[in-house]
Amino acid sequence: MNWRSLLKHPGLVIGLSATALFALLALLSLVWTPYPIADISIARRFATPGPEHWLGTDQLGRDMLSLIMSGTLTSFTVGAMAVLIGAGIGVPLGLAAAIYDGPVEWVVLRFSDLAFAFPAVVIAILIATLVGPGASNAVIAIGIFNVPVFAQVARGGALAISTLDFVAAARLAGLSKPMIALRHLLPNIASLIIVQGTIQLSLGILAEAGLSYIGLGTQPPATSLGLMLRDAQSLFLIHPWLSLAPGLAIVVIVIALNIAGDGLRDALDPRLRNRGLANVAG
Amino acid sequence: MSLVEIEKLTISFGGKAAVSDLSLSINKGDRFGVVGESGSGKSLTALAVTGLLPENAEVSGAIRFDGAHLPQDEKAMARLRGQRIGMVFQEPMTALNPLLRVGDQIEEALKLTGHEGDTAVAGLLTEVGLEAQHTDRFPHQLSGGQRQRVMIAMALASAPDLMIADEPTSALDVITQRVVLDLIREICDRRQMTLIFISHDMRAVATLCDRIAVLRGGKLIETGPVKEVLSRPADAYTQKLVAATRMAPRQGEPHVAEKTLLEVVHLTRAFPQGGFWRWRQKPLLAVNDVSLRVSAGECLALVGPSGCGKTTLARMIVGLDSATTGQMRFEGTAYRGSDLPPARRADLSLVFQDPFGSFNPRLSITQSLGEPLRLIPDLDPLAREERLMEAIDSVGLDRAMLARFPHEFSGGQRQRLAIARALVTRPSLVVLDEPVSALDVSVRGDVLDLLVKLQNQLGLTYIIISHDLDMVAAMADRVLVMEAGKIVEEGKPDALFAAPQHRLTKALMEARLPDIAA
Repeated sequence: MNWRSLLKHPGLVIGLSATALFALLALLSLVWTPYPIADISIARRFATPGPEHWLGTDQLGRDMLSLIMSGTLTSFTVGAMAVLIGAGIGVPLGLAAAIYDGPVEWVVLRFSDLAFAFPAVVIAILIATLVGPGASNAVIAIGIFNVPVFAQVARGGALAISTLDFVAAARLAGLSKPMIALRHLLPNIASLIIVQGTIQLSLGILAEAGLSYIGLGTQPPATSLGLMLRDAQSLFLIHPWLSLAPGLAIVVIVIALNIAGDGLRDALDPRLRNRGLANVAG
Repeated sequence: MSLVEIEKLTISFGGKAAVSDLSLSINKGDRFGVVGESGSGKSLTALAVTGLLPENAEVSGAIRFDGAHLPQDEKAMARLRGQRIGMVFQEPMTALNPLLRVGDQIEEALKLTGHEGDTAVAGLLTEVGLEAQHTDRFPHQLSGGQRQRVMIAMALASAPDLMIADEPTSALDVITQRVVLDLIREICDRRQMTLIFISHDMRAVATLCDRIAVLRGGKLIETGPVKEVLSRPADAYTQKLVAATRMAPRQGEPHVAEKTLLEVVHLTRAFPQGGFWRWRQKPLLAVNDVSLRVSAGECLALVGPSGCGKTTLARMIVGLDSATTGQMRFEGTAYRGSDLPPARRADLSLVFQDPFGSFNPRLSITQSLGEPLRLIPDLDPLAREERLMEAIDSVGLDRAMLARFPHEFSGGQRQRLAIARALVTRPSLVVLDEPVSALDVSVRGDVLDLLVKLQNQLGLTYIIISHDLDMVAAMADRVLVMEAGKIVEEGKPDALFAAPQHRLTKALMEARLPDIAA
């Protein structure tokens, strides 16, 4: 796999560059934003987009561009952490289910059925009632939601690989089951997991927006795209731009990630093109 | 009068020619064989005739069917395919819709021609040697040979002028292969149908066809009447292919020792059957009370039709699967399969059938070849390196190839590497599961020669699993014939094949395709 062959997939190039653009903006907000996001000034509230405030200001006079940059960072961080949690727990579970059949497989499958049955919102409400709302709780809730998805993808991929002769050859060579999983199965399902990771990242960003919107995610003075929507909703009829800007940011990021995921799937493993992998997330 | 005329056909993908400048003319009523190894462009040529090439193919040249150019319009092409051309594919399981009864699938093919009705379906089924009761079966309820008959019935539905059969027998075992070939010949005779038969098997073509074209790398090597081309091949490549169909005996001096290396005692492997009442189902006995003995230095062959349990037996011997009852003794170590102690595993190894699936694509050859070396304790890195070099030298490949990855090798080279991996622990017993059946004919001989050379050099004991009687006759000291999990006949290959006793052995011998006339 070289870079030139990646460029043959226009979807991948477009999706990845749009994602990278937003990710860079988000990272930039760590060191610099046009205005501090906690900088409230009633005097300049509801400013229309112009040279001073590129995207205008909100009802508290905060700079919208700064808010979106910072909100994007929160969204990406929450989504990425949740993917790490999901893949970190789900992939080993799925591999374990694939190599140890019997009780282990049964437990993993029933656990993932159980986790599938509770949407992220329900888990988030549960966590919020136990320890209070916050971005880290959103990470945990979405992470738990991701675990069974990665477990299923890893198990499915590993089962397909494990019928191949080189796995039998490894057993003949006396490799233990965990060693076979690590050396032979994991590298061959890595592309599946990367693709699923991109898709779960976009779903995580959506879920974070949803959780913040109902008040269970990020709390002020920090901001996220979902929280901006929540702040702007009562003003939607008078100042629609305040809702449109963060809403459009979410839409563009999610679409970019999905296009990138599809492109990655085509580029990494052409045989998977027809399997409808994106539907696994449901 | 020619039915299909191909003129200067060139098919390329992304600028790389897969078929170049190919001209062929196939007369009405011909049975035309197209022979070539993998990558020779024989299947692409057939797809070009039916207008079914992939969209990214760049085609130039002309194809005329019954005097007229193939229509450019997809609809007209589909009508031509539906009414005048029938196709039979290699793998009948994937070519049939698993959710439709076979009767409905044949009827669907009939609908295109307007001859609907149960009588037409029944007529076609009788013609291909199936019974009326088979109409209500689903594809998975039929055997491989029966599925291929259904495919042929579908191809015949439109009473086509031309039937194209693309490797129709390579997924079938020997006995079924012969039956299907005879069926195709009979139908072509009866219907005065033209046949394009694509195959890598010279003997199948010689049995069935009257004209032949030999392709290599997308180019036409030789064409003409079968008898002439095969008895006096003009081109060196054709000569090589013809020579490869004859297996010279390969065993040297007798090298079988008195010592028993492996003993299999009353071994049975039962697989529980599925279904709702699974406790009521009798388990399937893949290996049923098998006892055998392998002497040191021997080359023992296990032959039998597909599904007879020979591969299950081999997997238990090398320790990939466990017996339900019975046991094996390898130089005094008793085991039932997977419980083979790691210390003994180094003395046993297996070469897989499919050289493409037997290497992890993400590992270098060094890593794959070195894997079995963990079975040998206390091997220092230098000795490890030496073993790898020794193994790759012994199979006649270059040491520099160790750093490469599996996709950089051809099928024959991969099988050599698989043999090298099997030998890296210096085993005494090597089980070879169809070692050459996935390889092109022209490299089979080389791999078999290599196996014999290694056996003589290293004093190896082989258990060869195969359905290829010619290969077995050339390689083995002793042959065991298996059917439905049991060993039904045993003997030295010469004696056994000269005077087969058991019904199955006789059937196998009869199904053997005749030698190409010299």
